[in-house]
Amino acid sequence: MSTPEMSDAQWQFNVCNACRYCEGYCAVFPAAELRSTLTSGDLAYLANLCHDCRDCYDACMYAPPHEFEINIPKLLAEARVKTYERYSRPSALSRLLRANGWSTALLSIAAIALILVAAAATRGVSGLFAAHGGAGAFYRVLPYAAMVTGGIVVALFGVAAAVAGGVAFWNETHGSLGESVNLRALARAAADAATLRWMKGGGAGCYYPEQGRSNARRRFHALVMWGFVCALVSTTLAAIDQDVLHILPPFPILSAPVLFGTVGGLMLVVGCTGLTVLKAGSDKVPAASAMAAMDYVFLVLLNLVAVTGLALLVLRASAAMGVLLSVHLGLVAALFVTAPYGKFVHAVYRYLALVKRQIEQERAA
Amino acid sequence: MEVPDLDADVIVLGGGNAALCAALSARSEGATVLLLEKAPFHLRGGNTRHTRDVRYAHLDPGSYTTGIYTEDEFMEDLLRVTGGETNRALAELTLRESQTLPEWMERHGVRWQKPLQGTLHLTRTNIFFLGGGKAMVNAYYETAKKMGVKVLYEATARDFVIDRGAVRAVVAEIAGVPTKLSCRAVVVATGGFEANLAWLKRYWGEPADNFIIRGTPHNDGVALAALLEHGAKPVGDPKGFHAVAVDARSPKFDGGIITRIDAIPFGIVVNKLGRRFYDEGEDLWPKRYAIWGRLVAEQPDQIAYAIVDAKVVGRFMPSVFEPMRAGSLSALAEMMGIDAAALSATVEAYNGAIDGRGTFKPGELDDCATAGLVPPKTHWALPLDTPPYQAYPLRPGITFTYLGVSVDEQAHVLMQDGAPFANVYAAGECMAGNILSRGYLAGFGLTIGSVFGRIAGKGAASHVHA
Repeated sequence: MSTPEMSDAQWQFNVCNACRYCEGYCAVFPAAELRSTLTSGDLAYLANLCHDCRDCYDACMYAPPHEFEINIPKLLAEARVKTYERYSRPSALSRLLRANGWSTALLSIAAIALILVAAAATRGVSGLFAAHGGAGAFYRVLPYAAMVTGGIVVALFGVAAAVAGGVAFWNETHGSLGESVNLRALARAAADAATLRWMKGGGAGCYYPEQGRSNARRRFHALVMWGFVCALVSTTLAAIDQDVLHILPPFPILSAPVLFGTVGGLMLVVGCTGLTVLKAGSDKVPAASAMAAMDYVFLVLLNLVAVTGLALLVLRASAAMGVLLSVHLGLVAALFVTAPYGKFVHAVYRYLALVKRQIEQERAA
Repeated sequence: MEVPDLDADVIVLGGGNAALCAALSARSEGATVLLLEKAPFHLRGGNTRHTRDVRYAHLDPGSYTTGIYTEDEFMEDLLRVTGGETNRALAELTLRESQTLPEWMERHGVRWQKPLQGTLHLTRTNIFFLGGGKAMVNAYYETAKKMGVKVLYEATARDFVIDRGAVRAVVAEIAGVPTKLSCRAVVVATGGFEANLAWLKRYWGEPADNFIIRGTPHNDGVALAALLEHGAKPVGDPKGFHAVAVDARSPKFDGGIITRIDAIPFGIVVNKLGRRFYDEGEDLWPKRYAIWGRLVAEQPDQIAYAIVDAKVVGRFMPSVFEPMRAGSLSALAEMMGIDAAALSATVEAYNGAIDGRGTFKPGELDDCATAGLVPPKTHWALPLDTPPYQAYPLRPGITFTYLGVSVDEQAHVLMQDGAPFANVYAAGECMAGNILSRGYLAGFGLTIGSVFGRIAGKGAASHVHA
């Protein structure tokens, strides 16, 4: 309660709790009503329950320019940035890799460069710039062992750091490990997440772009989420084909990995582009600039991963394949390494907040 | 800069619920409409911004109320709060028309609050908008935009050009620039004059400086005054206003719902002399909270203090402002700037008048009463004896004024002789005094504003087409 951020948060939610006009909008306000005194863990919880639809801001008679300056979406966006900084482990890396445009760009370039060097060192510069055909074409650019080892290391790192962050978050929001083993709450929260339930706002959708409600943001977000899932499915199927069935890529256009990858890639491109455009046209008053920067960095990086993946599919028989493959893999690596410290990780904290909400509502009922 | 096309058949003055209902109705009937809202965009919507529910008669509870509410019962409620002082024909029209409001509102973009397990429970008589009044206003503005209503912000009417009982033009001020706007009909829906302190002072003198205005600072009553100047027949007590006790630390304007203090029935209320002045436990709080604004307005320097002790903290909705808190009554008296001996005498007399045999029941009219005390506290009288003590400073918080213009059933504004202006209509608080001459019914201001807004808009459009 001592920091200026916490006393501001306390004041804003005091106003909310005395007014309560917004309690029908989303999960944040009923949860706030259960907390007359806010801790920093409470704030992190509320921040990650918020899906930034801005219905409350738009409905608030105390929003700026009113002298009370109630601006819950901004307050909670700022708190979300802090969540990612505070809980993501290891904390030294969290400070270093905090999603900002420069660090992500440099990291991406470094990853791409590393892969290009590895490719040149193992298969020769000529392999990079030659057209390859037939089974195992990709491995004539970069050896299979190097690609898989790198992939596994990067993915494990991302997952481990995100899990550690999730555990830290759960502890500080006063959750016990025991209560998290609540299958019904886990399942209901998963359903809320899968359907993006709280992105509906009060039902008429989000205030993106400015001054008009629509469900565009929720639809684009669904494309990104499910596009990403398709891409993961594609990768998994490819691994099975390769390591279990011993069919080496590139796979035929009509094979499951390519179909999932293509559909997922297209969904990602449309979704990421849509969200970027909506964000650019949205009201900046109920936003936190640090959060917006994270959002853009993540959307651009994910979009680039999808675009390079699709380009690789189209040009895989050409001489551009070697460089494209390196760029694509480098961007994927950058995505996973920055994931626990940037916007990507909202999936973890939001889901845990939804689980906590389920447990709490069941208890209150 | 783009030069807006200001030509319109109908000019609607005001930007709250009544004005928007009028604009939407007139536009639906085919008239071109220009709405002048005095507030800037972000503060648009008048006092409607602070509302959250509308009262309406219904024989089917639907999903958003808990039971039926007949026109007869509605009328009984109205007659009770006004002491029978209402224009019966207009009142009947309002109650009858109220039945169609939810359907109409929904069609124009308003959404309803579903029952929650939280604190906001549905009621039998009123239906709640999702997100409250500002969300409703935003929905209406969105709909108005889609329908092609022209809206100007920071635009206000100062006067009318009236010729043989008909308005020919509105003398407006748009972003500070005087402009004359011709029109074929005008709807005045500019609310009351409660934010005009100079006007309040005509009746209340200097004490008006100590009033807090709970709603928009833009309700200055200038258009209402102009109508009265042009010979409109007034209605309602000019001195009358609805006021509740609010925290004295509230902003001068626009503090809305959160400034209300609900601690009064749980303790005592003293003025700056340290004396009690009214029965704090007269009736259940929802039935009495609306009288405390006037009571405080009548005290020296228009200030009072609600004092509770540690026993009852948590029984009432917390205020957003921290209470004054002290371990002894004398320390609390010092914080309040009250003579400690006077406060001590008041509390001693109060505590001494409680026999302690009653059973405290905060939800009902219990038997905890003082004996032989003037004024008495007739319910919930617990001794003030458990530190720390808490105090909330109170001021009169004015919600709305009752003075308005007389109208007929077509919402025409009437002249002194009872004849209507040909093309001047009124809706909302600036005519609500025809029906609610005094007293208060939750959500009824919006009922009148919505019903007469629709009638006025439709009437204005048909006058244009006639």
